Amino acid sequence: MDNKIKKILPQILTLLFIVLIFGFFTINAQLNMSNRGIDFGYGFLSQESSFDVQFSLIDYDGSHSYARAYLVGLLNTILVSVLGIIFCTIIGVIMGIARLSPNYLIRNSALWYVEFFRNVPLLLQIFFWYYAALRALPLPENTEPFLGATYLTIKGYYIPGLLWNNLNIFLYSILAAIILIVLIRTYAKKLQEEKGKQLPVFIISLSLLIVFPSLTLITGLSQAEVELPVLKQLSKTSFIYEGGISLPPELLALVLALSLYTSTFVAECVRAGIQGISKGQKEAAASVGLTPNQILKLVIMPQALRIIIPPTTNQYLNLTKNSSLAAAIAYPDLVLVFAGTALMQTGRAIEIVSITMLTYLTLSLSISLLMNWYNKKIAIKEK
Amino acid sequence: MININILKPNRDNFKVYLYIGALLIFLSIFDVFLRSFFNLNFASFLPDFVNFLLPLLLGLAGLQMIRLEYSGVKTVDIINKSVNNNIFNAGLTLLIIFITLLALPPSLNWMIFDANISGDSKEACSSIEGACWTYIKIWFRRFMYGMYPNEFHWRINLAFIILISFAFVGFFAKGKYKNYLTFYYAIAYPIIAFLIIYFLISGGSFGLEWVETNAWGGLSLTFIVSFFGLIFCFPLGMILALGRRSELPVIRYISIGYIEFWRGVPLITVLFMSSVMFPMFLPADAFVDKLVRVIVAIILFEAAYVAEVIRGGLQALPRGQYDAAKSLGMGYWKMQIFVILPQALKLVIPGIANTFLALVKDTPLIFVVGLSEVVGMLQMAKTNPKWLGYAMEGYIFASILFWVICYAMSRYSQHLELKYKTDR
Repeated sequence: MDNKIKKILPQILTLLFIVLIFGFFTINAQLNMSNRGIDFGYGFLSQESSFDVQFSLIDYDGSHSYARAYLVGLLNTILVSVLGIIFCTIIGVIMGIARLSPNYLIRNSALWYVEFFRNVPLLLQIFFWYYAALRALPLPENTEPFLGATYLTIKGYYIPGLLWNNLNIFLYSILAAIILIVLIRTYAKKLQEEKGKQLPVFIISLSLLIVFPSLTLITGLSQAEVELPVLKQLSKTSFIYEGGISLPPELLALVLALSLYTSTFVAECVRAGIQGISKGQKEAAASVGLTPNQILKLVIMPQALRIIIPPTTNQYLNLTKNSSLAAAIAYPDLVLVFAGTALMQTGRAIEIVSITMLTYLTLSLSISLLMNWYNKKIAIKEK
Repeated sequence: MININILKPNRDNFKVYLYIGALLIFLSIFDVFLRSFFNLNFASFLPDFVNFLLPLLLGLAGLQMIRLEYSGVKTVDIINKSVNNNIFNAGLTLLIIFITLLALPPSLNWMIFDANISGDSKEACSSIEGACWTYIKIWFRRFMYGMYPNEFHWRINLAFIILISFAFVGFFAKGKYKNYLTFYYAIAYPIIAFLIIYFLISGGSFGLEWVETNAWGGLSLTFIVSFFGLIFCFPLGMILALGRRSELPVIRYISIGYIEFWRGVPLITVLFMSSVMFPMFLPADAFVDKLVRVIVAIILFEAAYVAEVIRGGLQALPRGQYDAAKSLGMGYWKMQIFVILPQALKLVIPGIANTFLALVKDTPLIFVVGLSEVVGMLQMAKTNPKWLGYAMEGYIFASILFWVICYAMSRYSQHLELKYKTDR
């Protein structure tokens, strides 16, 4: 009896405490809102937003609704995150491997890279790239082409775009190639298990991925036209590049800072993962007669990835959350467009902040659920 | 065939290879050195392409010629082992040396030789090409103290000196007083710190003038925010970690919900919430200072991360520890305080240090609610019409500042980790 009370009492007290706090907040919020004559609700989302956004992936102007503005912000956030994740993985993996290099100079350069970029606040790095480094670039009219036909100017980075005719056929061909590759892989696995024969799966897949899409281009089913950026005079002193794709400097600064900062953490994850594999594994694989490539592919990587992937996903999540710093340099991401401009205009603090938080929460929780599932799947099953 | 043999050293006449190789390496590095420091190029008679790649080719050939295992010369063995073990590494080594040589003169010129630190106005910098450190010198007090009135800066200094000296009490405690140290650091010290900061920096009594928190700023604000963040998020995180491992379902689920919620949202939205949404949840006449709101938001946010780190330590302890404590008749709290937590916390020192580092690095974010610590002050100084165009100097200064602080913290945590390491 005594034990039961000991267990139930703290729970009831905690619950009571939480309910009291929430009740206090809710009552206050209701009072405050009725004082100011605001009624709680999400109806404003369908109203006309009447503000413009600098950079948008979808069609948007002031006549669209707040819900559309939300979507613009969300897509911009996703764009920055995806670009950041790609680059931070590339840099991080290179730096992580370099940290283990037998070469003293490379090892230490990588070490100092990691020590430097992770010990400086991300916001400072974003400001540095945006206000100091990218501001030192030339004006559009003085820009030399960089890497062929791309132009790196103070107003952004201009790269050639592709004008597509029948893009969907091109995409279908890639899809068909992927399906075929999956089929071939299963067949190759079966062949290996039953007869011990090996197919050059990697080369076949690669050539399929190249051949299929290029076939559609050669036969003319789908056509791509390269559109080069061309210098255009707006007024006497103002020039701009037109055509192709233009990446605004805010996006460049953000992607640079996010990927450099996060790559240091990815590098540490990669290093820890590779160091976590005992030397015996490699030696055992070699003594069984596997080639160095096979050792890497079949023995080292599967084990190292098991250690590397969970913390790295965590870093990807951090990068996504950190992309909200975009608001500091006026890159129109979710926080700036929705929790900034839209909030200013409507004054609906509770609704908008809660939607923003819920969006990030859904994003992180769904990724971490996925990761938990994946971790369980790949965990070594001990008996 | 002969060409390959020339590049492959043999043991019999290694001395010859060594001299030629060293000469080639010296030539290659000397060439780059002359190019970058004196703008001279002694191979300019060669075609452009060859001329461009010449140092690399010379260096590679030289390194190739001295690459011999167990050559008998100690220095060469060390070089071969550490930077020259195959042609790929040799190339990378040369590239790193060349890039350093090429980058040194312009950056040194900009930072030191062409730079200016004298004078006390912008005019002192008008004629130079390098960095204008005068800007940092003039704005230094602002970067340190924000808009806090100049004549009261001693109050901030004094407050920090007192805080630091109170923090070192632990080192001098002897004998029976040592038992009260935990109590002192967990409960007494935060209260003392709060009182000191409240009375000394805020003022308003004892004849000290009241200074609004809006005027606080600069590095001192970074310290104040991260200091309160550190001392309050730790106990909260500990409670949450224990809550998440609790057997009582209500407490466990509340802890899980709390932790996952705060870990799922970015700090910037939390700060937004504290500044625009939180006032809606308070009674109409209640007023909470902006700085307090921000610090509370940061504490609530970081506590979730600390909780996860501590949970990792709790999970790493073997079951036997719990069973042993229980078999001695200890209750829940006795077991946690005297057996579990001391061991678990020892295990998670690096994780805790990383969380605290993240907290320090997150403090610049408070600019979104209008408080400006170092980075915020930089933004303010940068847009000052009198001092336009010195953004770079400011950012470099702030980077070095933060780097030193964070690097020192991470070193200290490594030291602690070694100090408390016990073999189990």
